[in-house]
Amino acid sequence: MKTIYFDNNATTKVAEEVLEEMQPYFCELYGNPSSMHTFGGQIGRKIRLAREQVAELLACDPSEIIFTSGGTESNNAAIKGALAAVPNKRKVITTRVEHPAVLAACRDLENHGYTVVELGVDRQGRLDLAELEAEVDEDTVIVSIMYANNETGVVFPVERIAEIVKAKGVTFHTDAVQVIGKVPLNLSESNIDLLSLSSHKLHGPKGVGVLYVRKGTRLSPFMLGGHQEGGRRAGTENIPGIVGLGKACELVAKNIKQEGEKVKHLRDKLETAILRSCEGARLNGDKQSRLPNTSNISFEYIEGEAILLLLDRYGICASSGSACTSGSLEPSHVLRAMGVPFTAAHGSIRFSLSRYNTEQEIDYTIEKLPQIVNQLRELSPFVAR
Amino acid sequence: MWEYTEKLKEHFFNPRNVGEIEDADGVGEVGSLACGDALKLTFKLDKNGRIRDAKFKTFGCASAIATSSVLTEMIKGKTLDEATKITNKDIADYLGGLPEQKMHCSVMGREALEAAIENYKTGGKKKHKLEGNVVCTCFGVTDKEIERVIRENDLKTVEEVTNYCKAGGGCGGCQGEIEKIIETVQGEKVATAIAVEPRRAGKLTNIQKIQSVQQTINEQIRPALRAHGGNIELIDVEGDKVIVAFRGMCAQCRLAEFTMKDVVEAKLREFVSEDLFVEEDKESAAQPHDHRE
Repeated sequence: MKTIYFDNNATTKVAEEVLEEMQPYFCELYGNPSSMHTFGGQIGRKIRLAREQVAELLACDPSEIIFTSGGTESNNAAIKGALAAVPNKRKVITTRVEHPAVLAACRDLENHGYTVVELGVDRQGRLDLAELEAEVDEDTVIVSIMYANNETGVVFPVERIAEIVKAKGVTFHTDAVQVIGKVPLNLSESNIDLLSLSSHKLHGPKGVGVLYVRKGTRLSPFMLGGHQEGGRRAGTENIPGIVGLGKACELVAKNIKQEGEKVKHLRDKLETAILRSCEGARLNGDKQSRLPNTSNISFEYIEGEAILLLLDRYGICASSGSACTSGSLEPSHVLRAMGVPFTAAHGSIRFSLSRYNTEQEIDYTIEKLPQIVNQLRELSPFVAR
Repeated sequence: MWEYTEKLKEHFFNPRNVGEIEDADGVGEVGSLACGDALKLTFKLDKNGRIRDAKFKTFGCASAIATSSVLTEMIKGKTLDEATKITNKDIADYLGGLPEQKMHCSVMGREALEAAIENYKTGGKKKHKLEGNVVCTCFGVTDKEIERVIRENDLKTVEEVTNYCKAGGGCGGCQGEIEKIIETVQGEKVATAIAVEPRRAGKLTNIQKIQSVQQTINEQIRPALRAHGGNIELIDVEGDKVIVAFRGMCAQCRLAEFTMKDVVEAKLREFVSEDLFVEEDKESAAQPHDHRE
């Protein structure tokens, strides 16, 4: 059975070109760039190139790129590093819909005497910028707000938020893991101070990411040890990973516009067909400001895990915000923050596409899904027949 | 999610006896949309008082659907006395086992069966009613129900109780109470299994006291408030006076005055020192966060 992969916000396929680029750095060019000998030292050049490739995609200076082990590390390093650099202030502002890599890190800060404000969202998943502005005060060290939501694809007006935060002289961090590779960014014209990126969300390898640190941003190093990354992130570099990420960024920079349009076309086709042909289907999230690849749809009165398993039978991979798949007994914190009723929160399914999806895959899914929804509605005691 | 047995998957993909018997002798409805799973079981008796037909409708995950399906198979041909003897463990065993965190599906099956039988015995008049006092408000689970799953499945930890009946799996505020129920039911058996809270030392230094207050707030108080969109902040400790501020939902909650302060005070007295008393910080109380819903 062929796999139809619609779970690209979870992780993506490594591009063949990326793998090819990485290959020599395992068994042939395995040296340590910190070594004195040519064999190791030559690797440094390759890291430089990767740094330039990333900087090119983000339109920033290569010196502003720090390689990390991934999105979670970048988020932790940004928030904790910014706090450690300004020890006399105690307030952090974030949102209720962040990825756990930010939310859990912030909630832990409360146990260390920090005040953490989590901004709510409206039914479309949008922030109230006036509320944000009112919250940023003299005691605030950092504001951390995601660029785009991993579950709903809702894109926050991050450039505007960065402006508001900067005007108050506070550091601004954004978890941009879901947006990079999907929507072009230009950091040279932005007020973002810190930004997290993850390689495996943009067809690069797992285990590597980036923390962008704008020149002049105060940040204490999070990982101590050797002098790598200019003393800002110790640890021997993940060479194959960094090389692969560089290549992945190069590919994105080259193709983002064209591929973004293709993906959006497929997503819109899938979404429109589902909303039209499946009973009790409703869209979650702001339609006006959304990633081109993500569609989060709730199916009322049926449950997400059951939908996923029936889709899985046809090789279709998606994800759900239902309690049964969230690892707890409660449905997605993002949908709950948006006030999605329980009738719909347990039956939410996220489809997240990539450039590797095809029209045929969309057609096949459009054919199968209504049957699955009907089958489960037949079973549901809440559907009147 | 692929920890399911082949038998469970088979029942999920091809559920038996789906539907509702129109002129049913017994109807049992348990669970709710909010909880994430619900089951409506209907049965019809034959002349000899045996279950001739049984049908179900279920909202829930694969294991909820599969347990409902096997339940209808299991009870067909049984008298009501025989059916009453079916435990949640029997249902799970029939499926070749359930993942631990899905055991509550088997309990839901047994509850629906009981509710349907009760409905029959009371002539279709009586709806299933919760017995005992509600312990877990998130999922509406009573002490009687918790005692029962502990006894029938020989449970020894709060986590197990959550897996079997969901109690304690929401805000976590009732976990202390669940622990006490486990101790009462299991007695000696768990006396060593449960980590005993270190008893309060005699006299605390100021630093010890403040650290202990902070720790108690972090571990005992905040998680419960958090789950309801609220929060608490330790402002200061002056002698035996602990000054706190409530944030988020809690700051505006109508109940704030007479419950939050008392709950916090009780916890601090239990875990830190009998002499402590709590005051709400006036300055921060005057400017609560604008918490939109």
